[in-house]
Amino acid sequence: MTMASIKTVNIGQKYAGQYILKNVNLNIKRGEVFAVIGPTGAGKTTLLRLLDLLEVPASGSIYFDSVDVTNNKSLRLQARRRMSFVLQKPTVFNMSVYDNIACGLKWRREKEAIIHQRVSQVLELAGMAEYSSRNARTLSGGETQRVAIARALAVEPEVLFLDEPTANLDPISTSKIEEVLAHIISDQKTTVVMATHNMSQGQRLASRIGVIMNGEILQIGTPSDIFSTPQNKEVAEFVGVDNILRGVIVNRDNELVSIDIGGNLIQAISDYSLGEEVHALIRPEDITLALHKDTSSARNTFAGRIARLFSVGVLVRVEVDCGFPLFVVVTKRSAEDLSLTVNKRVYATFKATAVHIIKRWN
Amino acid sequence: MSEIWQGLVKALELIITLDPEVMEIAARSLAISVTATLLASVICLPLGSLIHFKRFTGKRTLINLIQTFYSIPTVVVGLFVFLLFSRAGPLGGLNLLFTPTVMVIGQMILITPVLLGLTISALSGVDKAIPETARSLGASDFQTVAVVLKEARFAVMAAILLAFGRAISEVGLALMVGGNIRGFTRVFTTAISLETSKGDIELAIALGIILILIALIINLVLNRIQQR
Repeated sequence: MTMASIKTVNIGQKYAGQYILKNVNLNIKRGEVFAVIGPTGAGKTTLLRLLDLLEVPASGSIYFDSVDVTNNKSLRLQARRRMSFVLQKPTVFNMSVYDNIACGLKWRREKEAIIHQRVSQVLELAGMAEYSSRNARTLSGGETQRVAIARALAVEPEVLFLDEPTANLDPISTSKIEEVLAHIISDQKTTVVMATHNMSQGQRLASRIGVIMNGEILQIGTPSDIFSTPQNKEVAEFVGVDNILRGVIVNRDNELVSIDIGGNLIQAISDYSLGEEVHALIRPEDITLALHKDTSSARNTFAGRIARLFSVGVLVRVEVDCGFPLFVVVTKRSAEDLSLTVNKRVYATFKATAVHIIKRWN
Repeated sequence: MSEIWQGLVKALELIITLDPEVMEIAARSLAISVTATLLASVICLPLGSLIHFKRFTGKRTLINLIQTFYSIPTVVVGLFVFLLFSRAGPLGGLNLLFTPTVMVIGQMILITPVLLGLTISALSGVDKAIPETARSLGASDFQTVAVVLKEARFAVMAAILLAFGRAISEVGLALMVGGNIRGFTRVFTTAISLETSKGDIELAIALGIILILIALIINLVLNRIQQR
């Protein structure tokens, strides 16, 4: 089976005269899992709808398998029939689960025997075999989403689009669906493009991530690229870098630089030159807390008092006032071991390599 | 009072013995109205879908206009069709006036606004995500319309039954363009009106009962449909 790739050149979309997506250049490779992440309203759904050829872009071109499919109606239908899309709000037709899943195949005029075989296959995969003759409208949210995914898979798409596949689902349904998705992904036969605002889901499932904000793609890279070296402050904030400190490079010794953060010096690795105005990004999980001064090789140690503490699941988020606020995440266990309380004096330590430096634009 | 009672007894006798004249009028009425409803459906379902799915200026006004014509008096349609098909009219050359054919045409015109308007509102009642989902699964424009119509099937069916009810129960149009010719264009309503004015009430009551029975059946089917 051939697998398609999708390329966009400067595509944009506007509603009511206002651009909600601009200058998007993507090159989605065959067989990859590409996640579009960004906050609600950033333009993720619009981007997916353009890529699936449900909408015609206001500007730019879209190539499917190297063919320009931007405007030609019959080419668009042909291309769309090689893809399928699980919409954000899963909607089932008022018919049996079996007939719902068979729809895409019937529209492609497949033979009855093939339809039967494929439907049974995806029902099994989605764990919905015993629901085959149930009216799809009577299913729960998680079951409906599984039918929607099975229905999209039945046509054996070369590209599968998933828009927030687990939004509004309980944790058990979410893990069931992620299991099904992981199975599809492991086959590497299908290119998957998914939109999610759930960073960890993007990290778990995707091979590449594009971060979208206010209708623009700000950064594209592997999950580790995006999470460890965000290219600007907005991406950093979005991917959960809590410590974004304004400073100026005041000293340089080969790669090692010193950054002045309002009177405190932070050591980091960077190419930027002296006097450059920068943001220093430090992930809260890369900082350790101790009651006594650390003698390890880590370059940065700051004494401070705990300003605030609160639990997030099995983790505890600690705000330490070191003359500048520093957010640290520790496990509940270590918070108990250190008996962390508000006003307690602690030492926060992190390596120079844990600091990611980006240029400040204004 | 006893006259009405006697009429009722006689009427039941006519129905039970399958009186040839009663059966003939019933069969013709059903044939004309069923044909008109089917033909109007064949036109109105696709046309209603087109109006619903296409975006164009004046769409709201058009829908308002269609809804206004829901309650157009049957005699006005009768007058219009009469003028159209009378000897001096633009279609007079077809020689269709006072034939079952022109009655079918008249009833089609009469029920088109109801059928069109209710088809559009039936389609509007379908979740907007349905056509989206269909397209995302590879449906062509035609297949998308078909799936939306299928989702709206109960409401569309109700529209068709209501239209049939309006067609079979109207009298003004049938009288004006059909002429109530015995054995040719005489239907339930025209026969009832004529027999009553002649004083021959048992035939009128028998036909009335059958007409009410048909209305009852339509209503029962409609209720069943809407409960689903």
